Amino acid sequence: MSATTTHEFSDATRDESSLRRFLHGLPGVDAVGLEQRSAGLATRSIKKSSKRWAIDTAISMVDLTTLEGADTPGKVRSLCAKARHPAPATPRVAAVCVYPDMVATAAQEVAGTGVEVASVATAFPSGRSSLRIKIADTEYAVEAGATEIDMVIDRGAFLAGRYGQVFDEIRTIKAACGDTHLKVILETGELATYDNVRRASWLALLAGGDFIKTSTGKVSPAATLPVTNLMLQAVRDWHAATGQHRGVKPAGGIRTTKDAIRHLVAVHEVAGPDWLTPKLFRFGASSLLNDLLMQRQTQLSGHYSGPDYVTVD
Amino acid sequence: MSDRVTVSKTYKLFVGGAFPRSESGRTYPVSDSRGRFLANAAQASRKDLREAVVAARGAFGKWSGATAYNRGQVLYRVAELLEGRREQFAAEVAAGEGAPSRRAQSIVDAAIDRWVWYAGWTDKLATVLGAANPVAGPYFSFSVPEPTGVVGVLAPPDSSLLGLVSVLAPVLAVGATAVVVASEDRPLPAITLAEVLATSDVPGGVVNLLTGHTAELAPWLAAHADVNALDLAGAPVEQRAELERAAAGTVTRVLRVGRGEPDWTTGPDIGRLRALVETKTVWHPMGV
Repeated sequence: MSATTTHEFSDATRDESSLRRFLHGLPGVDAVGLEQRSAGLATRSIKKSSKRWAIDTAISMVDLTTLEGADTPGKVRSLCAKARHPAPATPRVAAVCVYPDMVATAAQEVAGTGVEVASVATAFPSGRSSLRIKIADTEYAVEAGATEIDMVIDRGAFLAGRYGQVFDEIRTIKAACGDTHLKVILETGELATYDNVRRASWLALLAGGDFIKTSTGKVSPAATLPVTNLMLQAVRDWHAATGQHRGVKPAGGIRTTKDAIRHLVAVHEVAGPDWLTPKLFRFGASSLLNDLLMQRQTQLSGHYSGPDYVTVD
Repeated sequence: MSDRVTVSKTYKLFVGGAFPRSESGRTYPVSDSRGRFLANAAQASRKDLREAVVAARGAFGKWSGATAYNRGQVLYRVAELLEGRREQFAAEVAAGEGAPSRRAQSIVDAAIDRWVWYAGWTDKLATVLGAANPVAGPYFSFSVPEPTGVVGVLAPPDSSLLGLVSVLAPVLAVGATAVVVASEDRPLPAITLAEVLATSDVPGGVVNLLTGHTAELAPWLAAHADVNALDLAGAPVEQRAELERAAAGTVTRVLRVGRGEPDWTTGPDIGRLRALVETKTVWHPMGV
């Protein structure tokens, strides 16, 4: 058993069949109730000083992301400059998130600023390759200076019911990461049901993922409020059972300040105020940061801002 | 005896090609010229205005990038559709402005003609306002007018159709997009015009039309950093100085107006078109 698996759940991870029994023994998700609860939380009105606090908190939680085939060192450098200093008097973002071959460039740019360098790995975004290649992919990113690894799970294996394979893969990658933070991307848009999202969340937590992340951003639907709520429930329950704090990262599809604040409300209400920190909650986003900055300008200046007043990414 | 219950229309806003209610849920009663109740119109809030500006900005690329010829065709088709609604417009103008039906009819005709006049200008503007500049050097220097961006329009309060068309059509003709605050007391022809635009080939978001209290919405429109020009045609007199100051704070071009409302029936000139474009000058090396 891995060091991160506590005694309480060591039975569950003893072998494939006990893992299956544990995951299928998790309570089923009440889909209607979950969506209603999410919609209810989304109606909270956050104004004035609370809104300003929420905007600054959200900025500090952004994993500023560029995952395009067309990424160049120049583009990554400008992204890093924005991550270090989004706008005057704003907090810096939590991390930049790039492909492994861009990690060295990013690490050089953000060195000493406290901005982490996250890299996707393990045959992102599909996760369809051999374990050997996934390990090599991870080691490549870590050696280049990544301080956080965003791995994808093998959805094909998960949906086929080969939970043991997914579990072992996460543990192997965790071992390859060493001290590097590991985020496990579930790609909830491909998991089909809320029950599957709950099982995948627990599977990732059992295997030692430091964060569970909704999506790659390459599949729609990406991060939705109900899914984030479900994952927040999982980390809350994990904390209740083991005392360990694990994080959640919704990624993809969060583009507006309003969306971000709704997520923060959910974090506070579902997981608890402990999670309102970049150590335990992140937004995987690119265009969200500009909207946050525009809203911040609006709050400070008293008039609406526009895209001419933020950088073009 | 007919016991049919009439189906009365819900007047809504026109934002991004759709007809939403105000997010605030507010409405206000609209009366005819003699104070009798006509309808309840949506009372837009500053958040509706914000959404309208976002829609206008989103539509700007496509509309400004369309060829001038294409814009002219699209606008001419709007005139065709206006023609089909003459009776409805005449009835609304007659009720709102208290004009006798013959005069209301001639106002509507003038409005349609005004629209066609501006539609004709789309592909002539570059010739009239642009130039090949004589310069002392081995360069070919030329200037072309480009649409300024998102234009905020405070529509004239009295002339609810002809006045509106006279301030809106030039915005569309130059290739800019509009956020219009309709006449507060006489908004119904504006909403009918929005229905015409919605069924024409004008892309959604190019024209966004809000009804409500002008004095409430105007400061937000003037100070909005993503609005590039502001037509003060319908701004309350006592608010104009404040609006100009707010507009200056976000580098918004302002179209000033005289004290009273002008006579919209007199022939237009290209003043409004000229005010809504920015001149781009290109110096092209010619080689020797």
